[in-house]
Amino acid sequence: MSRSMTIAEKILADHAGCEFVEPGQLVEVKVDVALGNDITAPIAIDIFKKAGVKEVFDRTKIALVADHFTPNKDIKSAEQVRLLREFSEDQAIVHFYEGGEVGVEHCLLPEKGIVVPGDVVIGADSHTCTYGALGAFATGVGSTDLAAAMITGLTWFKVPESLKIVYRGRLQPWVGGKDLILYTIGDVGVDGALYMAMEFTGPVIEQLSVAERMTMSNMAIEAGGKAGLINPDDKTKEYVEARAGRPYKFFHSDEDAGYARVIEYDCSTIEPQIAFPHLPENTVSMSEVGTVELDQVVIGSCTNGRIEDLEVAAGILEGRKVARGLRLIVLPATPAIWSEALDRGFLKVFADAGAVIGPPTCGPCLGGHMGILAKGERALSTTNRNFVGRMGHPESEVYLASPAIAAASAVLGRIGSPEEL
Amino acid sequence: MKLRGKVWKFGKNIDTDAIIPARYLNTSDPRELAKHCMEDADPDFPSKVGPGDIMVADRNFGCGSSREHAPIALKAAGVVCVIAPSFARIFYRNAFNMGLPIFECEEAPRLIEEGHEVEVDADTGEIVNVTTGERMKAQPIPSFMQELIRDGGLISHIMKNMDKVN
Repeated sequence: MSRSMTIAEKILADHAGCEFVEPGQLVEVKVDVALGNDITAPIAIDIFKKAGVKEVFDRTKIALVADHFTPNKDIKSAEQVRLLREFSEDQAIVHFYEGGEVGVEHCLLPEKGIVVPGDVVIGADSHTCTYGALGAFATGVGSTDLAAAMITGLTWFKVPESLKIVYRGRLQPWVGGKDLILYTIGDVGVDGALYMAMEFTGPVIEQLSVAERMTMSNMAIEAGGKAGLINPDDKTKEYVEARAGRPYKFFHSDEDAGYARVIEYDCSTIEPQIAFPHLPENTVSMSEVGTVELDQVVIGSCTNGRIEDLEVAAGILEGRKVARGLRLIVLPATPAIWSEALDRGFLKVFADAGAVIGPPTCGPCLGGHMGILAKGERALSTTNRNFVGRMGHPESEVYLASPAIAAASAVLGRIGSPEEL
Repeated sequence: MKLRGKVWKFGKNIDTDAIIPARYLNTSDPRELAKHCMEDADPDFPSKVGPGDIMVADRNFGCGSSREHAPIALKAAGVVCVIAPSFARIFYRNAFNMGLPIFECEEAPRLIEEGHEVEVDADTGEIVNVTTGERMKAQPIPSFMQELIRDGGLISHIMKNMDKVN
């Protein structure tokens, strides 16, 4: 007898070797990819060594990406990356990235086909949930859980309840994946999906590009979610087909699967959304923003550093200048994106507009480096968090929005829409 | 396991950037992290907090990043447990893995204030505000998890048990 399941339940059941799992059940699952970065992997490597283990469970299934404080911002950061490099050489880790090969992990792994639909992925980085956009069960864990997975290839989960969100209607101009996810977080709150698997569905999601879907899944954690899943379709297939380094599997939620809650949105009335300090749930519609003057605009990150994001920004910035006194920082998220942005002339547009073009790095998003805010400064960013002190001084402010709003705001010197240009 | 200590109180949605700002994550040395624990929320916290103290906060404690440095910093600063109505899921898992007990208690923010003395019984889940006499209930911590906490976290617990086998 087959029982109805959600996509999250189906992937977990498959990886646990069970026919059926249900919310609340504890399962041990096989891990397809275990990910760490230059902040979280050093602790995992330390644990690995202390445990006296000789070899990782599978050198092809571990990804170590030095993307947070790179290019190394100081001696301590350089030491952390050296630890990753030496461990990767010692263990012959296939997917180790630094220097000119490194990209922001959650853009890099899908782009290189390292994560594929149907996978279980754990990453010692909270935005690991990004891969849900491809139909993978992907979630953030701590370094200890990463270390355990590097040793055993296994991890345990409590099967989460699922929260289904249906997006209908017709999108307004300049409204996309970033606005939809900010709107959703504004509605359910930063703990509205605590412990749950969010599932983004409906005709609007079907129309979104894979890049925009990744933007949405990326921010599931900002609603407290364990995962942010999208049922794979032809667009997923097209994206993955050219990249996947190994077989992949599509799982889909059953029509009559059980959900803890179902929410429906009419997207026709949703305006571009801006999350005000200091929580992603503090969302305001563009028409209600008022005058918010800015010192800095950042375009990049695992949320919005993809080529589609740069294309939107370049389209708005072409032939225009960044407002005097404002710093625009553009960080293409991977070397391939950087190169394509160069070929397609986007970098020339950014340079002519007066932007600072940086390397692929998480840098400013977490107040690491390459765009830190002084006391009292205000930034609008395409990133995912606007907590107190997130981008620098505890008395600085971060506003979150889409690449379109970011580009327009950089020209206006205040938060504004492309409609105002 | 009983824990008794003086309370430091914080609000809701205390995020991991507040617990330990990312600018200090170029190290994982617990003593270094402890020096900056909660400093953006209260610059004096690292100097005020002491061994055996208890943290009480409102809902969704530990939201944000997956950094294990957050429970490490709290523990190294001397905090012996955190009590809140709910915890963000990655923090929840990390806290136990690091050997920092946490208790989910809906009434805690209402019935406990900063400076109060609180006693928590991990076996029964009973929380007593010693200052006011109020009693509250949280989920008890099962004995295997208490052992894990006593061992100093998941990895030392596993290694200790491996020694037993060997």
